Amino acid sequence: MTLEEERLLLRVTNLTKYYDLIIGCRNISFDLYRGEVLGIVGESGSGKSTLLNCISARMEPSAGMVEYDTRAEGLKDLFQLSEAERRMLMRTDWGFVHQNPCDGLRMGVSAGANIGERLMAVGARVYGDIRESASAWLTRVEFDTDRMDHLPRTFSGGMQQRVQIARNLVTEPRLVFMDEPTGGLDVSVQARLLDLLRKLVDDLGLSAIIVTHDLTVARMLSHRLIVMRGGEVVESGLTDQVLDDPQHPYSQLLVSSILQA
Amino acid sequence: MNEQTIPASGTPASGKTGYNFAYLDEQTKRMIRRTILKAVSIPGYQVPFGSREMPLPYGWGTGGIQVTASVIGPDDTLKVIDQGADDTTNAVSIRRFFARTAGVATTDETGEATVIQTRHRIPEEPLKHGQILVYQVPIPEPLRWLEPRESETRKMHALQEYGVMYVRLYEDISKYGHISTAYDYPVIVNSRYLMRPSPIPKFDNPKMDNNPALQLFGAGREKRIYAVPPYTSVKSLDFKDYPFEIQKWEEDCALCGAENSFLDEIIIDDQGGRMFVCSDSDYCQKRREAGYRGKDPSAPRGNELLDDAAESA
Amino acid sequence: MYVAVKGGEKAIENSLKLLAEERRGDSNVPVLTLEQIKSQMAIAVDRVMTEGSIYDRDLAALAIKQAQGDIIEAVFLLRAYRTTLPRFGVSKPVDTAKMAIRRRISATYKDLPGGQVLGPTYDYTHRLLDFDLADHHVNRPEAAPTAPRAVADGMPRVTDILNSEGLIEEEATEPETRQVADLTREPLDFPADRDVRLQNLARGDEGFLLALGYSSQRGYGNTHPFAGEIRMGKVSVEIEPEELGFAIDIGDIQLTECQMINQFQGTAETPPQFTRGYGLAFGQCERKAMAMALVDRSLRSRELGEETTSPAQDEEFVLYHTDNVEASGFLQHLKLPHYVDFQSELELVRRLRGEYEARRQQTAE
Repeated sequence: MTLEEERLLLRVTNLTKYYDLIIGCRNISFDLYRGEVLGIVGESGSGKSTLLNCISARMEPSAGMVEYDTRAEGLKDLFQLSEAERRMLMRTDWGFVHQNPCDGLRMGVSAGANIGERLMAVGARVYGDIRESASAWLTRVEFDTDRMDHLPRTFSGGMQQRVQIARNLVTEPRLVFMDEPTGGLDVSVQARLLDLLRKLVDDLGLSAIIVTHDLTVARMLSHRLIVMRGGEVVESGLTDQVLDDPQHPYSQLLVSSILQA
Repeated sequence: MNEQTIPASGTPASGKTGYNFAYLDEQTKRMIRRTILKAVSIPGYQVPFGSREMPLPYGWGTGGIQVTASVIGPDDTLKVIDQGADDTTNAVSIRRFFARTAGVATTDETGEATVIQTRHRIPEEPLKHGQILVYQVPIPEPLRWLEPRESETRKMHALQEYGVMYVRLYEDISKYGHISTAYDYPVIVNSRYLMRPSPIPKFDNPKMDNNPALQLFGAGREKRIYAVPPYTSVKSLDFKDYPFEIQKWEEDCALCGAENSFLDEIIIDDQGGRMFVCSDSDYCQKRREAGYRGKDPSAPRGNELLDDAAESA
Repeated sequence: MYVAVKGGEKAIENSLKLLAEERRGDSNVPVLTLEQIKSQMAIAVDRVMTEGSIYDRDLAALAIKQAQGDIIEAVFLLRAYRTTLPRFGVSKPVDTAKMAIRRRISATYKDLPGGQVLGPTYDYTHRLLDFDLADHHVNRPEAAPTAPRAVADGMPRVTDILNSEGLIEEEATEPETRQVADLTREPLDFPADRDVRLQNLARGDEGFLLALGYSSQRGYGNTHPFAGEIRMGKVSVEIEPEELGFAIDIGDIQLTECQMINQFQGTAETPPQFTRGYGLAFGQCERKAMAMALVDRSLRSRELGEETTSPAQDEEFVLYHTDNVEASGFLQHLKLPHYVDFQSELELVRRLRGEYEARRQQTAE
């Protein structure tokens, strides 16, 4: 086994997803290594969310394979795993940060319980420890722990997003999927959240796949970029390379439109 | 098919009522017994069954009645309680139903009964090996308030995904300082299935654990049967640092002086006056017969009030 | 001394006697006969038969009388009786194309083979109270004229006409050997097949289906329905006893059938075409049959690959809550004593209040 393969965390091979007559995404292949952050950029309708849903096993692809380096048994095809194994993976070794916090949080229970849930799901049974852990993670995402017993709906969008991030990180996952994690937030709030995300990813050595239409987000967080259009990858490479010297006309258009804006 | 005439446990259909022994036809009883066997084999697992329409309304014990009808034989002695008492109207009505359709002996005494059908309580007197306790269950699914979808809750049971149940307990503690569920308190049966014990007070939960009697749970409207076989572990959910605990009263039973029984609060006037008496009427009666006395032993209760009640009906 | 209400056997017996007395009402008024109910409250009888799942006008009339006109209670009585009956067999599918038509209308074609037959309908009555009916001496309405010619035999169903052009999906064809599900024997299971859903809806509460169907018309899961055809009349029921090997006619029943026609976009595999929603009820239950057809079509959204976002499309929500006997029993069980649960809550609330008070005083100090 080469050093390269040892570091492999996720491998996507010829992934294709159709919805009835419409193509979601077609023939996508890439590798993700440990500690690497991959950005997927493109306009809405480019197939980037479909791709994210397929590789995070939230949706079954029409064709192709997604393999993940499981802790117990090494590289395994996600869709060959039993549903129990897949769900276990989702709530321990993976995280998923939704654009809309409503989709990733239980809005009816406190911030502390939201974070503690994953721990309780894997057998934590000491209230004091769960609470301590929740509080530590809230501190880590720069959230005022005095409000840990409050309901998420009393928080601002940026605060909700911090709770969602803490909820995902509490089981110390190796891979986090993010779908427009700063979408829908004010610019200043966005900037602070991006800073936090970058710091967490660095400190924890996380691998992440981030879907965004915002090239600023992509530039700040990701090491490598995939540019999608019409369900296909039109260009991929190191982030700086793609953004500073785009080769495909569509990438050039994307980059120039952000520069103008 | 002449299923109506097959004798039940050697007893032919009662000619007077025109119905089979214990109302249900033998095919149906066989189907329910198969369901019970499956339930006993997988303690705490809810087994779907072809619940029949009973001549009593759904929600009034149709599940318990079907279970009782399927396990009872002519030599059995039946006790029926509601809220712990034998003389509450629905208990009377169900006892009448079986006296009429099965002609079995009935009793108020816990120790005498071979089958006890109950709503909301477990008798105070410890049950014995060979007895069957049949619970009436309104909503069998412990995850229902957290997840309304049956297809999803079945998956959660299959994968033992019970984390969300603890979220509820966590919230209670952070809000009130302790777990605030007072009845229908969730349990784990045989270290595997999360189970709803039916709306018994959590006071009764410890009685389910390792009980020598067979405990059967019937939900007619929701069409589920589940079971706790004799000597099976039943643990109430809790946290290590916030262990499960049961209700305590500052008072003892005013009639029999019992210190460790579940008490009903009785309003005695419109000035806020009240007294506490055993909810288990048979237990209270037995203690008084044995000479125990509370602080107000002369107060009438239960059967002594029947005439008054009859006049007011 | 305390006054606990623990009614006993005696109290129940006396209550039953009082109920019987109330049911009879003023003994100077003649007893209501089953014949009167059957002939003069026929639509109530039809509803009780439909939701009670048994075609027997005499029993339904008896149930209505016994229930003092409480329709859901009457349905319950009929159901509890039905469940004790042995099941002799399953009939052949009834052929509504051969219905002896009493009423047949279509909203999709102005004229069609066999024509539109209004029959007896409230549709064009003006809802003005008819005080003549208050006078029980006026008992003979003006005779309805007879049609100049007999209603056509074997009127084609509108869906069959569309079918010949391939414009509507094929009627589901099942092998004859397939066992039809029976909810009165096996519990609901999800996802539920269409035979299960249709049986559930046919037994379901008219009011609930009406509200659900209405919600789908108002945009909660829009199904763009057209009333393709509504027909009411008698059909013959046939069974094929195993030992005989051929079908025999065991009698006629009156049915109302509604076929809704709905738009559908088509998928990769199928071109755009119309889809069906189906409703069937005993007797003359037109509102029920129409509502059922709308809800049936809504519940097909999963199989047709449509987005399911509305209550009427949610099969667990709909199928678990249609049954009024279940719903009524569970709702009314709240009348049963809950003092043990309530006592537990009382104890808890008192404790919580005590702790709250203690905390408050602590902070005050």
